[in-house]
Amino acid sequence: MDMMQLLISGLANGCVYGLIALGFVLIYKATEAVNFAQGDFMMLGAFITIWLTNTEYLGLNFYLAVPIAILIMGVLGYLLDILVIRRMFGQPQIAVVILTIALGFIIRFVVGAIWGHDPHLLETPFAGKELKIGALVLGYEEIAVIIVTLLLTFMLFTFFRKAKLGQAMQAASQNQLAAYYVGIPVKKIQSLVWALAGIVAAVAGALFASKGAIDPSTGLLGIKAFAAAVIGGFGSLPGALIGGLIIGVVEPFAAYYLPAGYSQVAPYAIMLLVLIFRPAGLFAQMQNKKV
Amino acid sequence: MNKNPNNQMPVLRDAPVLRIENLESYYGPIMAIRGVSLEVREGQIVTILGANGAGKTTLLKTISGVMTPAKGIIELNGENISTLEADQIVKKHMVHVPEGREIFPLLSVEKNISIGAYVRKDREEIKRDEEMVYSYFPILKERAKQQAGTLSGGQQQMLAIARGLMAKPKIMLLDEPSLGLSPLLVEEIFTILKRLNVEQKVTMVLVEQNAKVALDVADYGYVMELGRIVMADDADKLENSKDIQAFYLGVRQDNERGQRRYKQRKTWR
Ligand SMILES: Nc1ncnc2c1ncn2[C@@H]1O[C@H](COP(=O)(O)OP(=O)(O)OP(=O)(O)O)[C@@H](O)[C@H]1O
Ligand SMILES: [Mg+2]
Repeated sequence: MDMMQLLISGLANGCVYGLIALGFVLIYKATEAVNFAQGDFMMLGAFITIWLTNTEYLGLNFYLAVPIAILIMGVLGYLLDILVIRRMFGQPQIAVVILTIALGFIIRFVVGAIWGHDPHLLETPFAGKELKIGALVLGYEEIAVIIVTLLLTFMLFTFFRKAKLGQAMQAASQNQLAAYYVGIPVKKIQSLVWALAGIVAAVAGALFASKGAIDPSTGLLGIKAFAAAVIGGFGSLPGALIGGLIIGVVEPFAAYYLPAGYSQVAPYAIMLLVLIFRPAGLFAQMQNKKV
Repeated sequence: MNKNPNNQMPVLRDAPVLRIENLESYYGPIMAIRGVSLEVREGQIVTILGANGAGKTTLLKTISGVMTPAKGIIELNGENISTLEADQIVKKHMVHVPEGREIFPLLSVEKNISIGAYVRKDREEIKRDEEMVYSYFPILKERAKQQAGTLSGGQQQMLAIARGLMAKPKIMLLDEPSLGLSPLLVEEIFTILKRLNVEQKVTMVLVEQNAKVALDVADYGYVMELGRIVMADDADKLENSKDIQAFYLGVRQDNERGQRRYKQRKTWR
């Protein structure tokens, strides 16, 4: 049952990578720039949740704290666009990219200054509980991560399919000028996409910190999620999630079966292989048809 | 304005729905619109002719709020809208159908159409307008589920017009709807435009390079050159004018070439 155990914990990790990758794709579709701070958004979301929940800080009820953290991250994303990103309008995309890299440094510094550099674990109601199926032992945290990720992905998918706002976001990402012409308030929509990226990051952060300790430098795993987004085709929401799952699953298996050190390289090796053999990503076709 | 049926109405009704005065627009340091003034009356089709780069598209973009003018007045039904954002202007029932079929390529045809009603909330009427739009463009109904990017050029142009109609426009700004279409399709689209003008009472500002078809459907015409209006007259008079014939309708004038050129210069500025 070793295999099964590895698979489940890989999937749970992969969900978090997938959610960060989702954030990459959302921002990329809306602004054509890559937000390299997306991993740090996740870390910030985690620390805000920890700050609200853990008994050493505010000690709020977990089920109250998480929505508040999500709200805060949504507002931060929105403000970031209004106060900073929007002012870069008309600058080359690379300027936005560099700005997000700098933003990542700032977030890591600020979080470290406020909450310190020690690893923190989110106190959840389901911490330490286990589900035993035969020889298979599943942590509640891992199950929660997988279920919440699936739910969130499904909600996003429906949102982009059905909701008027979701349609407007899609339209604006496909043809910004045409979106102006039909009366979509493109700038406002762009701010809302940054808010959405903040929300997704908060969920990813809460999930990450519920199954393992997090410290300010954890945000750097955003690079792995970036590889996941590339594998998925950098434009497809389901592709991003599946890219994340692939990386999440490959890591523990590589660590288990290959000599030490190889598992660190595995995500990037896969990314390179995908770029060489399917430059448009695994889900390029899907990107042409769907969200 | 001879063809305007409103001529018989009291003076108030004859006020222009769209009035532009001394408009100036820039791309960075480049001045693309250099003091344009024009008027459009209710129910009219007004065409704006001009060679490549004359500033026709820029003028429409400025009117529809996609670009902000540096100077001048844009009055819609007597209200100055020159500082409003594009979405605000769509809400005032003036819609821009852009050049080059700017559609949403990955959305289905029907979603492209329904997103045209983005600024509206009257659900029932939106449904009815969808049917109305499909009755003018039956081919779009057949292709409702198809991805818009896979439509032919002519169908995409129809889709862009259909999407514009969904905003319930009183005024439509159309940028070169004939661009890249076969003569037969141009004929078809212009027939539909004329019908929309008469049946749905849509006032139109029609930018065109194809002077012949444009002047045939239009009531009034302006000619633009290098960011300025250089000529304005009733459409039938423009159609018979020597300058227009020479420059846009391809009618040859072999005699006294040098002298004619000079004269044309004079009348154009
Ligand atoms: N984005 C831009 N940046 C800088 N200059 C521009 C831009 N768009 C247009 N121009 C310039 O402004 C002038 C007017 O362009 P515009 O597109 O309005 O012409 P047009 O009359 O629509 O031409 P066409 O018939 O070819 O569509 C041109 O000289 C053009 O080079
Ligand atoms: Mg043009």
